[in-house]
Amino acid sequence: MGTLQQSHGIASDLTDRTEEPDSLEFDDIQHFLMARPPARAARYEFLTLGNPASGRKWLSGLIEKVGTASAVGSSLLDARWVTVGFTWHGLQTLGVDDASLATFPEEFRQGMAARAGILGATGANHPDHWVGGLASPNLHAIVVLFARDVAERERCRGEHERYVGQCGGVEVLSSLDLEAIPPFDYAHEHFGYRDRLSQPAIEGTGVKPTPGSGPPIKPGEFFLGYPDEEGPATRLPQPEILSRNGSYVAYLKMEEHVGAFRDFLRAHGETPEQQELIAAKLMGRWRSGAPLVLAPDKDDPKLGADSQRNNDFNYEKMDPHGYGCPLGAHIRRMNPRDTAVNMNRRKMIRRGGTYGPPLPEGVPDDGIERGIAAFVGCASLLRQFEFAMNVWANDPKFHELGNERDPIFGTQDGTFDMTIPKRPIRKKINGLPAFTRIRGGAYFFLPGIKALRHLATFTNGTDNGQGVLK
Amino acid sequence: MATAAPAKPATHTEDDWTKPQAMAIPKEGFFKDKVEQGRYGPIFPQTPACYGFSCIAKVIPGREEHLYKHAKVIEKAIADDPATLAILKAHYLRWVIFTIKGESYMMYQGIFDTDFDKYCEDASFLFGKTGIQSAFEALEGWPADYATNPSAIVKFFRDHQWPSFLEYSEHPYVSCDEIKKALKLKATFSNMLDLMQ
Repeated sequence: MGTLQQSHGIASDLTDRTEEPDSLEFDDIQHFLMARPPARAARYEFLTLGNPASGRKWLSGLIEKVGTASAVGSSLLDARWVTVGFTWHGLQTLGVDDASLATFPEEFRQGMAARAGILGATGANHPDHWVGGLASPNLHAIVVLFARDVAERERCRGEHERYVGQCGGVEVLSSLDLEAIPPFDYAHEHFGYRDRLSQPAIEGTGVKPTPGSGPPIKPGEFFLGYPDEEGPATRLPQPEILSRNGSYVAYLKMEEHVGAFRDFLRAHGETPEQQELIAAKLMGRWRSGAPLVLAPDKDDPKLGADSQRNNDFNYEKMDPHGYGCPLGAHIRRMNPRDTAVNMNRRKMIRRGGTYGPPLPEGVPDDGIERGIAAFVGCASLLRQFEFAMNVWANDPKFHELGNERDPIFGTQDGTFDMTIPKRPIRKKINGLPAFTRIRGGAYFFLPGIKALRHLATFTNGTDNGQGVLK
Repeated sequence: MATAAPAKPATHTEDDWTKPQAMAIPKEGFFKDKVEQGRYGPIFPQTPACYGFSCIAKVIPGREEHLYKHAKVIEKAIADDPATLAILKAHYLRWVIFTIKGESYMMYQGIFDTDFDKYCEDASFLFGKTGIQSAFEALEGWPADYATNPSAIVKFFRDHQWPSFLEYSEHPYVSCDEIKKALKLKATFSNMLDLMQ
């Protein structure tokens, strides 16, 4: 049976834990980055809150529906799991005072659209072309709904629509429905690559890292208020009740040009086997998930599906020249492993899913938009997410390559290349086309549960009322 | 006698390492029409002499001798582990003390291959682990929370940077790794020729 969760690229998950967790306040941390509920459908709603009173009324009725890490990690599962996040403008609209707003980091205050150039969101990816009101300062909040199935999602959609109608001033700017795509027996996106393979484990969750994943990462790299890889938590947004157990997430809606991708494979591979190899060289893994470092010449689907083996490799010793996994391949850029330093300060938790219908094999591109709608969770958007986008994905000189960007995820405009090391002579593909396009994005803060209550109930002399959401 | 034409892989102007280049840089340190925004602010441009900086800060009175001791600390750190500063992708680093009207200043000048922000951030990860911080603790304005706040270190370097107005290179835009690769290749060919005797 297929589930949406299988199409997520996800980090450590409480449902995978093998040891007793400790110290983390699981009942105060939103489930979103900590655990993955067994959802088959999802919906993201992007909202504007109107004014402090309407925003707080809306939030007050929603809090009890927000899933906690402890609830998802136990047997207390429900039919749907809700996550709530706010932009900096959203916190402002809820009535957070200027002194507190100023304690949030600069990159969050500016928002993703203002920092698009740093992320490489230029040309067709520029915020001028974004959809759904995501580049607007009127974007205040996001509600992420994971549902057991499509029917439950639709029930929740109707309930929320009715509820928003009761909170005068609150409006849905846009929304996105997500469903897993076939085949349903493994997590993958529209190009066909297996997903959910490289996952940081978080210290204190009881989740044991898979071989090759390195030691568990300090929780402060993802959740505010805990020690990070440098030491105790510092410089948290104030007041502490607002920031503790919160995280930042970067949302990206990324269209995948499946037709162009398949055309490219056909143009660079005469046989299906050659086409699969080209696809693998772009990613650094076969579409089955088998890493090229461990399976350089031939796909090994059993390896790709084996979480105890499919991450157990390095680059410096096992593939220093990139004869297996090219130096500029997607996974080598986004997780350089032992060829980069301070990796534990760059780890991120990924969430998300696919949107749009799958494009059947052998069928010309139908022009329908499809892609991935992903979240990157971290404690520092600047040090983690923006670094990955700026330095790993889009720096043309990454690993001395000179004129390359991430072939899958980087900003491509037909002027960059892809080098595939090969004995005796390397293969170089000039003018790589764009296989993806950013259609929107935003920075959100996911508060802890106590922080949500704080936001919903603190007043500036106004009655925030109480909403009711079923 | 004919000389062999140099290998010239250039497809872009900046890749043509065979032609020495100079670049005049505006007073502000940036080219107004193509300022690239980095994560911490505008990025000082790459020049034929790669990326770099010249940071100048006043030495806290009485701490000059400390700086000379610091030089020994760094010397030993590199001797013990030559890769200590490898993360910085630096060609050259220079520490200079000079005086103006009896007051001491330190200039920290570097030529490196990553952009300004990444250099500063990478350097911040080294502080406290290598002893490299000891020089900067002798400078006025050095952030007290540097050990836990990489952004503060980046800001210090940005605030104390004096951009070049002219830079030149005999081998423009060539990275440290490329130079080391070329030297390794030369050594490998030498070994090969030895084995052919």
